Amino acid sequence: MTRSLEAILDHAADLETLDTSGVAPTVHVLPLPTPLRPDEALDTVAPEAAVANAPQAEGTAFLVPKVLDSEAEG
Amino acid sequence: MAEPLQTAAALRAALDAGRESAVGLVDAARARADAVDPALRALLHPRWDAAREEAAASDRRRAAGEVASKLDGIPIVVKDNIVQCDEPATCASRILEGYRSPFSATAIERLRAAGAPIVARSNMDEFAMGSSTENSAFGPTRNPWNPECVPGGSSGGSAAAVAADIVPLALGSDTGGSIRQPAAFCGVVGMKPTYGRVSRWGLVAFASSLDQIGPIARTAEDAAWLLDAISGHDPRDSTSLPEPPLETTNALGTDVAGLTIGVPQEVSSLGGLAAGVRDRVAEAVAVFEAAGARTCPVSLPHTRYGIAAYYLVCTAEASSNLARFDGVRYGHRTEGPEGGITAMYEYTRARGFGDEVKRRILLGTYALSAGYYEAYYRKAQQVRTLLRGDFERAFAQCDVIAMPSVPEAAFRIGEKSEDPLSMYLADVFTVSANLVGAPGISVPCGFDGRLPVGLQLVGPALADARVLRAAHAYQQMTDHHEQRPPL
Repeated sequence: MTRSLEAILDHAADLETLDTSGVAPTVHVLPLPTPLRPDEALDTVAPEAAVANAPQAEGTAFLVPKVLDSEAEG
Repeated sequence: MAEPLQTAAALRAALDAGRESAVGLVDAARARADAVDPALRALLHPRWDAAREEAAASDRRRAAGEVASKLDGIPIVVKDNIVQCDEPATCASRILEGYRSPFSATAIERLRAAGAPIVARSNMDEFAMGSSTENSAFGPTRNPWNPECVPGGSSGGSAAAVAADIVPLALGSDTGGSIRQPAAFCGVVGMKPTYGRVSRWGLVAFASSLDQIGPIARTAEDAAWLLDAISGHDPRDSTSLPEPPLETTNALGTDVAGLTIGVPQEVSSLGGLAAGVRDRVAEAVAVFEAAGARTCPVSLPHTRYGIAAYYLVCTAEASSNLARFDGVRYGHRTEGPEGGITAMYEYTRARGFGDEVKRRILLGTYALSAGYYEAYYRKAQQVRTLLRGDFERAFAQCDVIAMPSVPEAAFRIGEKSEDPLSMYLADVFTVSANLVGAPGISVPCGFDGRLPVGLQLVGPALADARVLRAAHAYQQMTDHHEQRPPL
């Protein structure tokens, strides 16, 4: 893995030979207006369906391992 | 005698004439898959019974004179990164094992409205990262022309399924060539539309500024049917073009007089171009010329920086997009022996992702990190601007650009697995269209030995119809797409 990453970064170093001073970076390939839609609530995925794929869930909540250790909690 | 070419257009004529039923087509797809797919492994998660019901509904519509669209009753497969409600969508990754989508992609909704029975999902490189379909947690797909060779990737399952005559149509996705390259390797047509032409809603994100869903088919005409059905503005994708669905099918013709084809002068100097590919593409350009098209040399000087720029942009975006696979909301979870949430993230991602996905997340995180952002990501985005300038100048002189889809024909399974950079470099002719947002199509243009070669036609942004029209005209003058793999 390390060797392949080195080879790829060596290739990417080619870009250093290219003068890009004064060139604006491309943010969007096509000029698009910022779309706005009416501020109305639409149907979204139901909470029950949203947690149905969770490895662990309770009700409509995702369960995760403990985030804070006991010392930090104190 | 060879079997007739089973294009979507031919199947639709058979449906209209009452010689075929949609149920019969799904049954035929299943029989063909049973015969050839145990060796090819193009399909994942077949849903024959559900597709048969969809086909029966199509037959009832036809009997009632209420055919929904040209695609009504035509079976199709869909790449495993385009979600369908209540169906699996694994992206060929262990990390999404067991996942069932709670919603459908816009492209899927439009296919269903068009009445096309979806018979299966198709194999791919994990999260669309790869050019060979070897990076699949389900094992590689094989090339129908030679089972020792890769079908290309990442939409290798879709291209192989069409090449093997399991279905006439498939959806793929193309971030740096993932539709056009497997189409070239498998001897079928594959198109990446203009960025924003097809909604990305429900396409599992790899590199959001480059990803685009597109059609794979035997002919440009069939590809046009499929693209027309799935294109058009979608308010759920903020990068979706504010344009109505395309109507390219009606614009297809055979006349190429007046068409100017640009031939990039840098192609022969870019590494690794096989003589067989160079010659087939030159012959294809000559076919256009003989039919009255004009050719002119064009220059795309920054294409040599395309691979470096592409792999920095796509890995950077991937590192951000794939952060969502964390073992909390869906998919695989492995708890660390020491407990705690950080260990859970680490073990989940270490077990769930394959090597290529990890490689790209590492690269992308590095390219975005403090102190490297300017040298890598920003620099790559500047190269995109320079490339756009190259294409703008070229399209001031020509209507479409012709070049190889891939520098060589399909390589052997395992040949490039140990050398990711050599695999990346083979994307040299496809990544530019993604970096500048332009439409590109790969069309079969003959063989190098016994393996298919693809001609790539690229047009300016929004000129999807022009690209399809040129490809269709070429197919009217040639029969490369009628050659069948020895299955």
